Amino acid sequence: MLEIRNLHAEIDGKKIINGLSLTVNDGEIAAIMGPNGSGKSTLSYVISGREGYTVTDGEILLDGANLLEMDASVRAAKGVFLAFQYPLEIPGVTTMTFLKACMNAQRKARGEAEFSTPDFMKRVRAGAEKLGVPQDMLRRALNVGFSGGEKKRMEVLQMSLLEPTFAILDETDSGLDIDALRIVADGVNALRDPKRSFLVITHYQRLLDYIVPDTVHVMSKGRIVKTGGKELALELEANGYRDFVGEAA
Amino acid sequence: MAAVQETVDRVKSVDVDAYKYGFFTDIESDKAPKGLSEDTVRFISAKKNEPVWLTEWRLDAYRRWLTMTEPDWARVEYPKIDYQDLYYYSAPKSSPGPKNLDEVDPELLRVYEKLGIPLREQEVLAGVQERRVAVDAVFDSVSVATTFKAELAKAGVIFCPISEAVHSHPELVKKYLGSVVPVTDNYFATLNSAVFSDGSFVYIPPGVRCPMELSTYFRINEQNTGQFERTLIIADKGSYVSYLEGCTAPKRDENQLHAAVVELITHDDAEIKYSTVQNWYPGDSEGKGGIYNFVTKRGDCRGARSKISWTQVETGSAITWKYPSCILRGDESRGEFYSIAISNGRQQVDSGTKMIHLGKNTTSRIISKGISAGRSNNTYRGQVSAHRKATNARNFTNCDSLLIGETCGAHTIPYIEAKNATAVFEHEATTSKISEDQLFYCKQRGLSAEEATALIVNGFVRDVLQQLPMEFAVEAQKLISISLEGSVG
Repeated sequence: MLEIRNLHAEIDGKKIINGLSLTVNDGEIAAIMGPNGSGKSTLSYVISGREGYTVTDGEILLDGANLLEMDASVRAAKGVFLAFQYPLEIPGVTTMTFLKACMNAQRKARGEAEFSTPDFMKRVRAGAEKLGVPQDMLRRALNVGFSGGEKKRMEVLQMSLLEPTFAILDETDSGLDIDALRIVADGVNALRDPKRSFLVITHYQRLLDYIVPDTVHVMSKGRIVKTGGKELALELEANGYRDFVGEAA
Repeated sequence: MAAVQETVDRVKSVDVDAYKYGFFTDIESDKAPKGLSEDTVRFISAKKNEPVWLTEWRLDAYRRWLTMTEPDWARVEYPKIDYQDLYYYSAPKSSPGPKNLDEVDPELLRVYEKLGIPLREQEVLAGVQERRVAVDAVFDSVSVATTFKAELAKAGVIFCPISEAVHSHPELVKKYLGSVVPVTDNYFATLNSAVFSDGSFVYIPPGVRCPMELSTYFRINEQNTGQFERTLIIADKGSYVSYLEGCTAPKRDENQLHAAVVELITHDDAEIKYSTVQNWYPGDSEGKGGIYNFVTKRGDCRGARSKISWTQVETGSAITWKYPSCILRGDESRGEFYSIAISNGRQQVDSGTKMIHLGKNTTSRIISKGISAGRSNNTYRGQVSAHRKATNARNFTNCDSLLIGETCGAHTIPYIEAKNATAVFEHEATTSKISEDQLFYCKQRGLSAEEATALIVNGFVRDVLQQLPMEFAVEAQKLISISLEGSVG
């Protein structure tokens, strides 16, 4: 379970998150919607521990543990995963090499035995097959020359292999055509689990047709201004954010 | 991946400013009087019992050197070197010329053991290494041991100290010495010609593929002593050899001068693959001490369809001034240069290559990867030229720089000159930084900052590491991480 209490965060002296509180229960899919500049991506960075953001007040707890005291890599090993809006390229490092490094680094941090090479290969092959990731993509340098759809699929593959307890999808639908969107959404849905929760950040209701949320939160000016069920997303689609943005002011 | 993990572990196990090979060994030595004069040159020549022609050759070089001035075009800065304040010859007392390893001073053998260089053949044979490597160990000014000589001789391969070759194969030495790097080539090469001490000599007879890797390991031990080694490798028609050079020096507060000359010659259809892992002491993080490395390396593809390939991993030295080059004289000959140059702390690197296309249908390829960290400066300087008669010359150059941190510099200075309209020269260059985004991405997946940097750097240099012989690639990978240690904030 993820609990955010009265979070205030800023970057370069600029306040972005203003007293945000949010709880995501085990097994829950929570969607965050909001206009540009409402602080959605900042929230994902503050949860996952990107440097450069200063938390001036509040706390973030994952299963009771204070995430704010941990380095980004420690949070990852603890089960936090962020699917990036713009996944990074790592030239010269094959996807296989990268996956093995990450999986074993996390296992090591948790005091678990590292995967043997055959065991690792078996897992990656099986995971790749489920998501329709071709084997030759695994031998190419990570994300280098990948299409937008391939990059997003790679994020979901990483998520399935790292088995997080709390996963954030940051604008995962951006730049995807409808077929790619369906593949990615199927991949995410396959990972639904009573022990795993998701925070889905999106502009549009479209993604939520495929990844159906349990709760929908509207974010504006760095706080949650409205919470509802999945029907709230449809309401937003019809009426826009205007009503809620006004409420926050 | 295991290698990356290993590099990270290794990095963690060393202290900041710890140069692993920085120990000094107290071995009684026999030195020439300090300073440089005709007498010094004669002293060195006499110590090696050289024939008159070679003494004269040295003296001629010395007299020419007196008329030359130190080059100042490289992007490096250092206080003026006082050439009269150096020793030009230093040899461990027990030498010269131990007949076999049992006669070698055990203290010396321990030095190489500590450096991880196998000098005892039986140990090499008993080891897990599948590929065997013959080693010539040069300690200050003399070669102290050469392994596998007998076995190599069976294949007709000559591998011995150059001081020995002068006596055992005078006709070859006389024919080839200075034929690629002429006596007056440049200030440091001329100095080397006057006072060169020892180095390796290799001759591969026609049609022979050298049965093992050959390697020379240079160690500067004495204080205030310049090292001026001379290496000469000749691959006769249709032969092949792969050669590796390694080097280390003790940690000292003063700078030490290293001015080597390496000459390679390939005849028709022959190939030489020359790899260097340069790990001279780089000085401390404030720039105190370290080796001044002024080296002239050149290969002459004399025969048709011959090939010379330089691969270098440069992590050491306070100053590096080094341009391993190829003269593509034979028709259809090929030159290659693969380089990883890493600078950290206050290191200054000005390195690159020259590809001189003279023959028809000659090709060359340059892949250079510069990595700068700390407050270092790293310059790639490369020349590609086609002579008037070099029809269809082809060159491909790719030159990438990676910056780590905010206080280092990377520079690329290409010189491209084609006097034949059929020449096709391609030049690609990029400069990049390990971005905050990349680091965060890796950390978000569970890697520490150190692991992430090691992974990204290893990816950056992959094309070049693949060119190194297997064992050395692993060694080089470790070295890279050690060199970059402390560069991640």
